[in-house]
Amino acid sequence: MIRAVHILLLTVTSLLAAASAFGGEEIVVYSARGEQLIKPIFDAYTKETGVKITFATDKEGALLQRLKAEGANTPADMLITVDAGNLWQAEREGLLRPIASATLRANIPAHLRDRENQWFGLSVRARTIVYNTQRVRPGELNSYEDLGGPKWKGRLCLRTSKKVYNQSLVAMMIAEHGAAEAERIVRAWVGNLATDVFPDDTKLIEAVAAGQCDVGIVNSYYYGRLIEKNPALPARLFWANQKNKGVHVNISGAGVTRYARHPEAAVKLLEWLSTPKAQNLFADVNLEFPVNPRVPPHPSVAAWGDFKQNLIHVEMAGELQADAVKLMDRAGYK
Amino acid sequence: MAGSRLDGLRAAATAIALLVAIPVAVVFSSWLAPATDIWRHFAAYVLGDLLRNTFWLALGVCLGTLLVGVSLAWLTTMCEFPGRRVFAWALMLPLALPTYVLAFVSRGLFDYTGPVQTALRSWSGAADLWFPRIQSTGGVITVLTLALYPYVYLITRNAFRTQGVRMMEVAQSLGHGHVSGFFRVALPMARPWIAGGLALVLMETLADFGAVAIFNYDTFTTAIYKAWYSLFSLPAAAQLASMLLLIVLALVLTEAVLRPRRRYHTARPGAPGRRIVLSRRLAAFAFFYCAAILALAFVLPMGQLLLWAYEVLPHDLDGRYLDFLGHTLTLALAAAALTAAAALILVYAVRHNSGGAMRAVTRIATLGYAVPGAVLAVGIFIPVAWLDNQLILMARGLFARDAGLLIQGTILIMLLAYVSRFLAVAHNPIEAAMHRVAPHIDEAARGLGLGRLATVWRVHLPMLRGGLFTAVILVFVEVMKEMPITLMLRPFGWDTLAVRIFEMTSEGEWRRAALPAVALVLAGLIPIALLLRRADKT
Repeated sequence: MIRAVHILLLTVTSLLAAASAFGGEEIVVYSARGEQLIKPIFDAYTKETGVKITFATDKEGALLQRLKAEGANTPADMLITVDAGNLWQAEREGLLRPIASATLRANIPAHLRDRENQWFGLSVRARTIVYNTQRVRPGELNSYEDLGGPKWKGRLCLRTSKKVYNQSLVAMMIAEHGAAEAERIVRAWVGNLATDVFPDDTKLIEAVAAGQCDVGIVNSYYYGRLIEKNPALPARLFWANQKNKGVHVNISGAGVTRYARHPEAAVKLLEWLSTPKAQNLFADVNLEFPVNPRVPPHPSVAAWGDFKQNLIHVEMAGELQADAVKLMDRAGYK
Repeated sequence: MAGSRLDGLRAAATAIALLVAIPVAVVFSSWLAPATDIWRHFAAYVLGDLLRNTFWLALGVCLGTLLVGVSLAWLTTMCEFPGRRVFAWALMLPLALPTYVLAFVSRGLFDYTGPVQTALRSWSGAADLWFPRIQSTGGVITVLTLALYPYVYLITRNAFRTQGVRMMEVAQSLGHGHVSGFFRVALPMARPWIAGGLALVLMETLADFGAVAIFNYDTFTTAIYKAWYSLFSLPAAAQLASMLLLIVLALVLTEAVLRPRRRYHTARPGAPGRRIVLSRRLAAFAFFYCAAILALAFVLPMGQLLLWAYEVLPHDLDGRYLDFLGHTLTLALAAAALTAAAALILVYAVRHNSGGAMRAVTRIATLGYAVPGAVLAVGIFIPVAWLDNQLILMARGLFARDAGLLIQGTILIMLLAYVSRFLAVAHNPIEAAMHRVAPHIDEAARGLGLGRLATVWRVHLPMLRGGLFTAVILVFVEVMKEMPITLMLRPFGWDTLAVRIFEMTSEGEWRRAALPAVALVLAGLIPIALLLRRADKT
């Protein structure tokens, strides 16, 4: 019996060992960015270079656990997420490796990539103010902080604090104003709410357009999707904090795994993703902003106007995320 | 000979239980890594609300599904009214709608910005019209009740069907009217079935994350995911999950202890008799009641899904859908067969070993359903990856070269993972059905010269058919809808319909998620409904 098991194992392992020795160049990617947002870009890369890309999608938390459990034997060469916090966490858990690449440094602004060169932003997700055009004049708007002011009493809509986008926003406010002031602002927001917090940005924008509330805070691409379908929607984006630090941005980004089997190929893919052509593919498919400042956004995105983005380093989103979550719990932001 | 076969049964049951208990053990092992900081924060600001919410939600959904599930089961098995035959199978259709889909569609329909309130506002001209708040405790209880009543409905139907209409006739001959016959005879005789269905509802409610997230209703699972995703502490999340498990275990054990020690078997299960013919007024009431539940739980949300799916159809539907469909059906079918077989072995092991040890083993083995899916998925993945790493070390020692991952990403591991997650779903209906098989039947069969296996095959299985059928259907549908385990363990590129739903919803593209959701319902449930209808006729 034991002999039989041994022989079976020997056969299987030798077959697999033989199989892994064949085959052309291939990269394996773990992605928290949905298939519909990455496959077109990967297909373009394969067409251009002949390199095959295999990928698995899942939630960030699951992908990180997967990398951890697989350890040195992970098949994954690259990890893609839709926020900076999880890349920061992957780095902290020793799942990524530093990359020395002049291309990446030249193409990606310093505040949108890791100081240790372990992860890099690939597209920018801007979180800003949306307002009802029939009830609010843009001149009345100013900043995120200002939405806690008395004139917005009963007029503000927010998405749930459980979404990482809001956690990042509050983390940045902690970095900028300190915890005490940030908590005061969040409490003021909660006091101004027109209705319960929303489960997603799309619902929030629809509520603003329907007049359930007058202002809210959303990621710009959700607005883009809605306005594409219904250009007459009585809602517009307002670029927040232009008189001071600028609009809060997060990234969708990637890093090469510590135990990558094909690290050179993965770095090449990452570099390619930061070039103008790929940048447009990567950002446009979801109406996000290219991370490379030399690449103009999609025309319908550019139509929302230019804005100044907050240059605070996006790693703060990860570093202060836990603090932000606890702060929002204390402030009663559900 | 018979003794060794019994030993074999016990050994098989123990092996199954141990295997499926591994992920639960991994969840409990989280206590080795302290997370005091997070616990302190949760205790101060989070847990109070959560526990209150979770309590009301669990109570509300259990009561709701009890009322709806049992009443529908009674009407469609014991009474005669127009449309009964169609309702009998149609009322199980909501099973195919994932809970979070029903939650999202209900919110979409009845929110301030939804078509119902918008129409009311433009019709009345009022800017602010009173409308029951859908994002409320009542709202989320209603939605979960509509999504989960089929568990109670399906399992309880088996009880009423096997009681036979005769039992009600006997009750009447003893002076009971329909009403007191129902409460004093039929209901107590159906208790193990109802309890089995409710236990599933309870576990599903406590482990649900999708629906409560859409309603922004903070429950225990909210804290679990907050600890993991937002505070980056999987240990704290798993500790919370293990507490959830203990609560479920305590409730299930309490019910078992409180259940009267009585016999539930009947002399001639399913003996034909005449259904109670309802008066015109009652028949009309029964019809509208069934129709209303069916409309709210299935027709309305399905209509909305179809509209959305139609919008994205030209853009999103491609040849790959055949693959998604094939993968989905393969997994669901294989997992359903395997899980039902495992559950059957456990039920037999308990039947032949009346001691407490075997019962305890079974209880632990069926706990996987009470753990939030994503947490259990990690509990499964960690030992699988560990085993793979050991195999790779071995291969390296033997051949001095690297092999890839061996067992991870194989269909077999996925199937074992589903068994571990859904064993309770198969176990409860089969266990309930076993109550109908009187012990003296075994003796009678042996007296007629049948061996043990022949007794199981020729005597027990026909009596367990309803329970087994329910078990297979429930697991089949659960696996079709399952996300976290499928996402984590599927082979590369081996996507299913549920994976498609995940990819769309994770980016907030709910309308595009409607297409795979509709495919899921059509592919999975219509064949089953037809099967059920056939089984019902015979």
